[in-house]
Amino acid sequence: MADYHWPPANHRALIGKRIDRVDGPQKSSGRAKYSFDINRPGMLWGKMATSPYAHAKVTKIDTSAAEAMPGVKGVVTIVPEGQEVFWAGQEIVAVAADTEERAEAAADAVKIEYQPLPYLVADTTPQQVGAQYTKQLANNVTGDPDQAFKQADVISEGDYGIPVITHCCLETHGQVVEWNGGDLTVWASTQGVSDMAGEYVQGLGEQGIKIAANNVHVVTQYMGGGFGSKFAADSWGIACAQLSKRTGRPVKMMLERDHELMVAGCRPSMHAHVKVGAKRDGTLVAWDSETWGTQGPSAEGAPTGPPYILVPPNVRSKFTAVLTNIGPARAWRAPNHPQMALISNGAMEDLAAKLNMDPVDFYLKNIDLAGTHAKIYRDEFAKASELMDWKSKWHPRNQGGSGVVKRGVGLSIHTWGGRGNMSNCQVVIHPDGSVETNIGSQDLGTGTRTVINIVTAETLGLPLDGVKVNLGDNKYPPAGASGGSTTVSGVSTSTRMAATNALNELLAKVAPSLGTSADKLEAWQGKIQVIGDSSKSIPWKQACAKLGTASVTGTGRTNNALMSSGVGGVQMSEVEVDTETGIVRMIKHVAVQDCGLVIDVKTAESQVYGASIMGICYAIYEEKIMDQVTGRCLNPNMEFYKLASIADIGEIVVHMMQGPGYDERGTIGLGEPPVISPGAAISNAVANAIGVRVPELPLTPDRVLAALGKGGVA
Amino acid sequence: MSNDDAPRCDSADSAAPDARDKKLPDLSRRRFIKGAGIASVAASAGALLADRALGVPPKPQNGGMGGGGVLGPAEVPVTLRLNGKIHKLNLEPRVTLLDALRNHLDLTGAKKVCDRATCGACTVHLDGRAIYSCTTLAIDVQDREITTIEGLEPAEGLHPMSHAFWANDAQQCGFCTPGFVMACTAYLNHEAHPTREGLGHALGGNLCRCGTYMGIKDAVLEAAHSTKMKGGRA
Repeated sequence: MADYHWPPANHRALIGKRIDRVDGPQKSSGRAKYSFDINRPGMLWGKMATSPYAHAKVTKIDTSAAEAMPGVKGVVTIVPEGQEVFWAGQEIVAVAADTEERAEAAADAVKIEYQPLPYLVADTTPQQVGAQYTKQLANNVTGDPDQAFKQADVISEGDYGIPVITHCCLETHGQVVEWNGGDLTVWASTQGVSDMAGEYVQGLGEQGIKIAANNVHVVTQYMGGGFGSKFAADSWGIACAQLSKRTGRPVKMMLERDHELMVAGCRPSMHAHVKVGAKRDGTLVAWDSETWGTQGPSAEGAPTGPPYILVPPNVRSKFTAVLTNIGPARAWRAPNHPQMALISNGAMEDLAAKLNMDPVDFYLKNIDLAGTHAKIYRDEFAKASELMDWKSKWHPRNQGGSGVVKRGVGLSIHTWGGRGNMSNCQVVIHPDGSVETNIGSQDLGTGTRTVINIVTAETLGLPLDGVKVNLGDNKYPPAGASGGSTTVSGVSTSTRMAATNALNELLAKVAPSLGTSADKLEAWQGKIQVIGDSSKSIPWKQACAKLGTASVTGTGRTNNALMSSGVGGVQMSEVEVDTETGIVRMIKHVAVQDCGLVIDVKTAESQVYGASIMGICYAIYEEKIMDQVTGRCLNPNMEFYKLASIADIGEIVVHMMQGPGYDERGTIGLGEPPVISPGAAISNAVANAIGVRVPELPLTPDRVLAALGKGGVA
Repeated sequence: MSNDDAPRCDSADSAAPDARDKKLPDLSRRRFIKGAGIASVAASAGALLADRALGVPPKPQNGGMGGGGVLGPAEVPVTLRLNGKIHKLNLEPRVTLLDALRNHLDLTGAKKVCDRATCGACTVHLDGRAIYSCTTLAIDVQDREITTIEGLEPAEGLHPMSHAFWANDAQQCGFCTPGFVMACTAYLNHEAHPTREGLGHALGGNLCRCGTYMGIKDAVLEAAHSTKMKGGRA
């Protein structure tokens, strides 16, 4: 009988190799149908009227003009008269019309009156905004920080921060909805296919529409980006279902780009004043930080603040949430980690500079503070230093070159959990030799389909195209939402188990014809054979024919023995800074990452490349700019909400840690960790180049020039 | 962190600036262009703006426009030469080429992302050149040769550029990918020897959120050397 353990390195045909993503051709040819692309017969378009106020009470809604417009078929009120809205862009009324243009015009014609209420959209200190807008979440003390600072030889103090950014998913939030009698089908742009039915049961229930979860069919074959912002049905999902029910027609309602950037996910800001102290030899002794950040109107799920990874024995850490009307905080790839990494790694780099130490030496001196992952970090520092040529590029501050353009390097480390989520899987082997893997998961572009395909094919000794993967539909066995780097372990361990169970049923049927028992057989290279003896074998198709008329089905679920959690990761950046214009240019970025057993090296590397680029975006370009006077976002569009273009990224080098010491950990999630460090590594590289810290990201010319005005090389 | 003046958390009763008024026009280039297509004179102005903004070579405005009379706001006949076929549609003059493709012809390879000529996800070819279909009115491109990614791809298999995107994993969520493929093929139509550095300028009009630029650079260089790409489109 085959067991569940991952095959050893010398007995893997697919796992750990470089495999092209299996749905690549569908995407690059434009044939892939995203939820945004679903067009149904008789479909209407939905659009919404939204609040221009950051905080207000809705006093009067008049939809009569909108309802009288040509082509308008239905109107639904989302926020009724008398209730409050808490951010500009919040949805109040949804309309459906027979063309997109008419729906847009009708939404504009809805008349809404408001009683404006006080609000806060400025991202500033708790002291400045006052008690009514703050909530202290942590005030932790470990050891004796005051005494430890007295014994420190060198103390560094500084300010570090990141503003609110948004997810800017290219496929905006939304869905197409269709009723068929009492059954509801939702083509949702979601990260959680299996959980989404529950969202509609609850949301529609609150609107007086009762429906059972098994009558909600959710489909997401392709998804145009979520990054943590697409787990809920949201007000637009429920309103869309109501419009569809009311009109008796399918309705498509996807957010407009400005609406998307205003409301569909605000990564909380985080800012800190930090004091950190060390002995002359670099030994960290004490940390003291006062941290604050926007956490939406309620501050639920907020962190307790830095320090991050290198935690000295004596710490005081205070965290205060500032309650704002900027918009709803949503999980953004590695929630809170990029912010804490900037604050912590920025402070450590400044301390190392004050100690006149190469930061690599400083980190290695203190790396045992990282606990069980210390060895991983040591290995990764060695690899990253080699790939960056760190020793020849690093220089003490103020030695970034004699011209106006200065060059510098910086580094950062990070960590993440990434344990697998709950996943159920079903593998079916048919008498004709075909194989189907059914799983209620979803592929956000991370390579989930490919991973499931690889694990099934590897387990059954088949080529990739010998397996058909079915996912993105809640009719398949339930699997967890894709968030927090939990998918790869969930689906690969459940798939391994299901495929093994199906294989064992097949082996039992085949064993008599090979004159042996099932426990002596294996599936390898398209055959069922006696273990290690290809001369006693039967080809896959002939083996499956012995099933007669009945397919065999194996089921599996997330298996703790095949996975673990906790990764490291070291990144190094090299930048050029023009001290006359303040422009920061990426030269090179090195990302060294572990994630246990890598199933597909190619898509794994793509995750790390992508995370590095996403990190370059928030390090140098991205910011949701809010205006306290109007309460609105000033850049809800893609001209002024800046993302890096292909010309802005420099050279990027990715290295995945694999082999002994890594493979035996089993699978660990990868999506979040590599996006954590770029902000800190790039900020540190700029500090190394110009000799002074630019306290706040993004590292825009104005911020760089302001920092240069206070010191450094000008 | 800023130590500027404390923010004002005052109620809007006392401030009530005009900018809070919902009736203020939304300063959207797209809405301006869409609103401009009512009279043929205005439609020409819209086309002129589109020409300036998008580098579309100007063509005389007459086909299907019915002389100097007022068009719309109701639907009018619009004829598109698309992927080698003639499509006769009835569209309101304000309908963009992108919406005509996606909503009226179910050609969904071109994506609606920024909807105002920034990100390139809606890229199609107009007479062989890459344009943003989100800020081009359908009525303005009659009698022009329009190619979408559906027209670029062979009936079976993949266009060499799409294949290079696949082989170099130049896609993750894939939502920007068709637009990039169209921009890249248009680029290679007039640049036989692309360089890594040159790509940055040529493809700066397309944006990706997942961060697939490294793969895209490799894909374009690989496609440029592919024998199938030599001599124009495959």
